[in-house]
Amino acid sequence: MSLQLEQSPTTGDDVITNYTINFGPQHPAAHGVLRMVMELDGEVIERIDPHVGLLHRGTEKLIEHKTYLQALPYFDRLDYCSPLGMEHSYVLAVEKLLNVEVPERAQYLRVLFAELTRICNHMLNLGSHVMDVGAMTPNLWMFEIREDCLNFFERASGARMHAAWFRPGGVHQDVPEKLLVDIGTWLDTRLPELFEDAMSLVVDNRIFKQRNVDIATVSKEDAVKWGFSGPMIRGSGIAWDIRKAQPYDVYDRMEFDVPVGTRGDCYDRFMVRVEEVRQSARIMKQCLRDMPSGPVASTDRKVSPPKRAEMKASMEALIHHFKLYTEGFHVPAGEVYVATESPKGEFGVYLVSDGSNKPYRCKIRPTAFSHLQAMDFMCKGHMLPDVTAIIGAIDVVFGECDR
Amino acid sequence: MSVVLHSAPRFASNEGVIDALSATLGARLIAAHEAHGEVVLTVERAAIADALELLRDQHEYQQLMEIAGVDYPDRAERFEVVYMLLSLTRNHRVLVKVNAAEDTPVPTVTHLWPVAGWLEREVFDMYGVIFDGNTDLRRILTDYGFEGHPFRKDFPLTGYVELRYSEEDKRVVYEPVKLAQDLRSFDFMSPWEGADYVLPGDEKAATPPPPPPAPAPAPAPAPEAKKPASKKAPAAKKAPAAKKPAAKAKGGKA
Repeated sequence: MSLQLEQSPTTGDDVITNYTINFGPQHPAAHGVLRMVMELDGEVIERIDPHVGLLHRGTEKLIEHKTYLQALPYFDRLDYCSPLGMEHSYVLAVEKLLNVEVPERAQYLRVLFAELTRICNHMLNLGSHVMDVGAMTPNLWMFEIREDCLNFFERASGARMHAAWFRPGGVHQDVPEKLLVDIGTWLDTRLPELFEDAMSLVVDNRIFKQRNVDIATVSKEDAVKWGFSGPMIRGSGIAWDIRKAQPYDVYDRMEFDVPVGTRGDCYDRFMVRVEEVRQSARIMKQCLRDMPSGPVASTDRKVSPPKRAEMKASMEALIHHFKLYTEGFHVPAGEVYVATESPKGEFGVYLVSDGSNKPYRCKIRPTAFSHLQAMDFMCKGHMLPDVTAIIGAIDVVFGECDR
Repeated sequence: MSVVLHSAPRFASNEGVIDALSATLGARLIAAHEAHGEVVLTVERAAIADALELLRDQHEYQQLMEIAGVDYPDRAERFEVVYMLLSLTRNHRVLVKVNAAEDTPVPTVTHLWPVAGWLEREVFDMYGVIFDGNTDLRRILTDYGFEGHPFRKDFPLTGYVELRYSEEDKRVVYEPVKLAQDLRSFDFMSPWEGADYVLPGDEKAATPPPPPPAPAPAPAPAPEAKKPASKKAPAAKKAPAAKKPAAKAKGGKA
């Protein structure tokens, strides 16, 4: 009996060609339905072609068929990790066309909850980022903070996630005094404890640094050219924050710092978000300190509905309520592009009105769309496992990317 | 409109921006106006890449944040492509527009900003505007093998096909869309503010009244006078006529 030689295809002088694999659309590290066609040379990435749109629901088209108020809940469902951040751009766009004044308390409440949303969003992103590169515990602790945030949303709006609480002209309803007190104590005790504990496990961790430092370095020029915004552009060292540069609501009265990265790698983006959480807590404390009392929605009855009690006594209030919830309000013809600093970057709404009660066109500028497009050049030359770290640092949510 | 009441993002003042930009753009500019606090420039289609390059290099609009398509079916060139530019250094935003039709390609700006690649793909996917020079003009958000351009105003909200998993074929199959209930489109526009309803029986109001006491010359000028008026005008005229009996009937019942 003779020994049979193994006929392996890799022996000899054969040239191994690049091969192409599918990453996703169902991949736990893709943070949703992202399909990436990757061309690999061994384990090194040569080319990436991200395919998006698997969660495309035609939100913009649906909005064209709804009144301005009915269109609002669609924004919660875009970036379902930071629903109030999405609503913020939309209500400001509608208000800009209407040129309606928002009471001070409503502006403070919006800033307060927009920052709570930022914390909530960053908890999910930082947690899943560390989990993508192999750490388990910090994620569990940060989910506790996220759970607290969701409870606060529920106490303010009645819904844990899809709040639909910001409205053109203000917010839907006032918050109980106890909620503000509880948020204050939470900011002083639970948030710093849990968050700093979780971060102490990660930020100086050798393994975490090995997986993130010098991965997907993006220069300032590239960040500008590729339309980066939010933590992605700040990670590259450009101190650009719409809350600071183009303040909306009462952000101009808030004192906060804009953290920037130095190297423009995944670690910097992560650390920018970590610092943003602390700054958000700082803004929230200022909101709680300075918030005046007063109405929480515009007193213009052609835009925001009257109180329920008022409707029992006043015929005019009843008519206003009926008209607002059937026909809705009419928005003067015109077009605006309003962008706010959502937790993930610049979230813009280009709203075209033809003077009727429905938007003629509502273009949503998602943050992740331009970031994902840069996947190809960010990943080139990196190893396959780095892709998860890079996606984690982009902070992509497909509800918003695909609309 | 001069008093700003809203609390939307406040960027640098628009004062003098139109003059400065129109001086640079020269003949490339078709129109420029400022409304609702936004500077909107309309640019010649062929010169869009040049114009955006000038704005980027001479006026510090470094970032292209978004490209939006808008469909106006009544226009000869039905699409508008809107470029949102942002200046990080001057802290200012402008909107730059071009008009386009289905068969008139818009020059690409991918050589100025690589981010334009996907943004142009999206406008192509949703509206069918072709970008000349974009080497990767594939569909991006719609399904593989999708037909049509869904964000056009004449594309129905429900679409044309629906898909389901077929147990017999063991794969996903596409079928013409079947709705158990017709799509309800509620029109809450106030009847006093230009709603264009066609109620059953309205067509009778459009025909001239049956007893014509005047001989030949009377009916002849009537249709002539109607024709130049816009389509909406006769509808608005006949609406109250149709409503009055209904209102009376209601009143009678009450």
